[in-house]
Amino acid sequence: MYQISIDNLNTLFEKIAAVRSLYMPVKKNDQVNFHKWEEGTEYCKDELKTVKSAKDLFFPQSENIVAFKKEGKKISVETGELPSEKFVLFGVRACDEKSFEILDKVFLSEPADQFYKARRLNGLVVTTACGAPEESCFCTVFGINPAEPKGDVTTWIADGKLFWQANSEEGKAFTEEIKDVFVDGDDSAVEAQKKQIAEIMEKLPLTGLSLEGWNGDVTMEKFNQPQWAELSEACLGCGTCTFVCPTCQCYDVRDYDTGHGIQRFRCWDSCMYSDFTMMAHGTNRPTQLQRFRQRFMHKLVYFPANNDGEYSCVGCGRCVSKCPISMNIAKVIKAFGGDKK
Amino acid sequence: MSANIQEEKLIPIQAVITEVREDTPDVKTFTVVAKDGGKMFDHMPGQCAMVTMPGVGEAMFSITSSPTQGDFKQFSIKRCGLLTECLHQLEPGQEIGVRGPYGNPFPVDTEFKGKNLLFIAGGIGLAPLHSVINYVRAHREDYGTIDILYGSRSADDLVDYDEIVNEWQKEDGINVYLTIDRPQEGWDGNVGFVPTYLKELAFSADKTAIICGPPIMIKFVLAALIEMGFDKTQVYTTLELKMKCGIGKCGRCNIGTKYVCKDGPVFRCDQIDELPNEY
Repeated sequence: MYQISIDNLNTLFEKIAAVRSLYMPVKKNDQVNFHKWEEGTEYCKDELKTVKSAKDLFFPQSENIVAFKKEGKKISVETGELPSEKFVLFGVRACDEKSFEILDKVFLSEPADQFYKARRLNGLVVTTACGAPEESCFCTVFGINPAEPKGDVTTWIADGKLFWQANSEEGKAFTEEIKDVFVDGDDSAVEAQKKQIAEIMEKLPLTGLSLEGWNGDVTMEKFNQPQWAELSEACLGCGTCTFVCPTCQCYDVRDYDTGHGIQRFRCWDSCMYSDFTMMAHGTNRPTQLQRFRQRFMHKLVYFPANNDGEYSCVGCGRCVSKCPISMNIAKVIKAFGGDKK
Repeated sequence: MSANIQEEKLIPIQAVITEVREDTPDVKTFTVVAKDGGKMFDHMPGQCAMVTMPGVGEAMFSITSSPTQGDFKQFSIKRCGLLTECLHQLEPGQEIGVRGPYGNPFPVDTEFKGKNLLFIAGGIGLAPLHSVINYVRAHREDYGTIDILYGSRSADDLVDYDEIVNEWQKEDGINVYLTIDRPQEGWDGNVGFVPTYLKELAFSADKTAIICGPPIMIKFVLAALIEMGFDKTQVYTTLELKMKCGIGKCGRCNIGTKYVCKDGPVFRCDQIDELPNEY
């Protein structure tokens, strides 16, 4: 396994940035999110969870789709270019990496979303093991291993070094391009860290959640449970959970008059909003209870039913720490009896 | 594997309105072809398309015309919101954006074949059925008896009235029953709500029923059909939920494990029973 001293990380970043754009967790305005690395940028190597998940890099919060020009009765459709920036997404945690697999099921299923597809093809994912999982983490509930994240390349930061392991063909080919920044050496620190991470996960409060009873043909059974009323009662419908969620993928499509024509863009949207399903004749989910239930039923019942049992949650815990009324998917699972701890 | 902007389904194609017909005080039917005058895409009865007016927006509409009628597409559109208000101002020659087709059609070439068909529509709900009716008329020998029950608020609100009276009613083997909600001067047809008239007409249950109309009408029509001895597996309808993408990705029309845009909009009534009651 290749390695490089933490003190030399900038050498690695310079090397990568010389051939591709490089994005990593960086603090700006007191918030850590994925930003482009430039000379002098400080990598937040210890930050476990960026505020916005890494999905932003493949499915941006807002992006242009097509432009129109109008002149009298004529219109023209002006198709732009697909994103072509080749980039390395560095420091992705195991949960966010898994979210790409889930988003793939939505955006790459036929007919594939070409914008998303282009970004996925252009992006190389370099993950980093979670040396110090936090209280709100429960990725293991969804079969994710924070000690051994997937991705094109997996890295571990331990013992003052960054360890680099290429996984995919793309990851191996890219490693060849930059390998002269690395050295070979003892990698026993990686094994020690893996063991340590597993021990921490065992002790965390949410890792005993059980998903028993959610998978399968349970739509009506779960939908009609009385728990939804109490769980949703305090929900503000602010949509924070959906915006920080790495797997939420609902979007809106809107037009904007630029003064030189019409720009059509799509942006993240939230099933928690009252106008999400609003039509000219009304909405089919007029209450917050219905909207709340929809979000969790989708993640825990509908999505797995359509995707070989795969849940649309990765246990990143962002909703656990960000919800202003402290409601979250972990509480929903618990309310239905799914807690072994 | 590579990505290609030409394959991006969210981007509409350029189309042009060739004809605007005023059906009722709030319904107009637009005939649309590709900008070069040709066919935009193939479709089957029951499928939908996204219609764009740049700067105003985009919405899903049922394709009212049957593919057997020609290369054009027709959309019967009721003025009821921001986009439809704008569309109603448009004149022939106006260019718009269209993309589609979306969703599953009615099973006209499979389950419907050889069956006696009973169409039941209310108001603008005739739009999707219009396509099926004209498809069935064009392949008349493939189907049994055809009964059409259509109702609206008033005689002025009957969509496609000229075609119904001058073509459908005059065709052998098609029975058309019209009704309006309240008595009106000059109307000598039936007066009463669709579900009530349906019960009076007492159709035999050896038919496949295809319903479309306001949700409240569908509810009572379905109850009446069950009372008349129909099984839910003999009854088809369409669901209508908010849509933005049309390809099962934006999340809006998700209901239970289904996306109405790609798994619907046509559903058999026993399939609807398996969905949460949020439509």
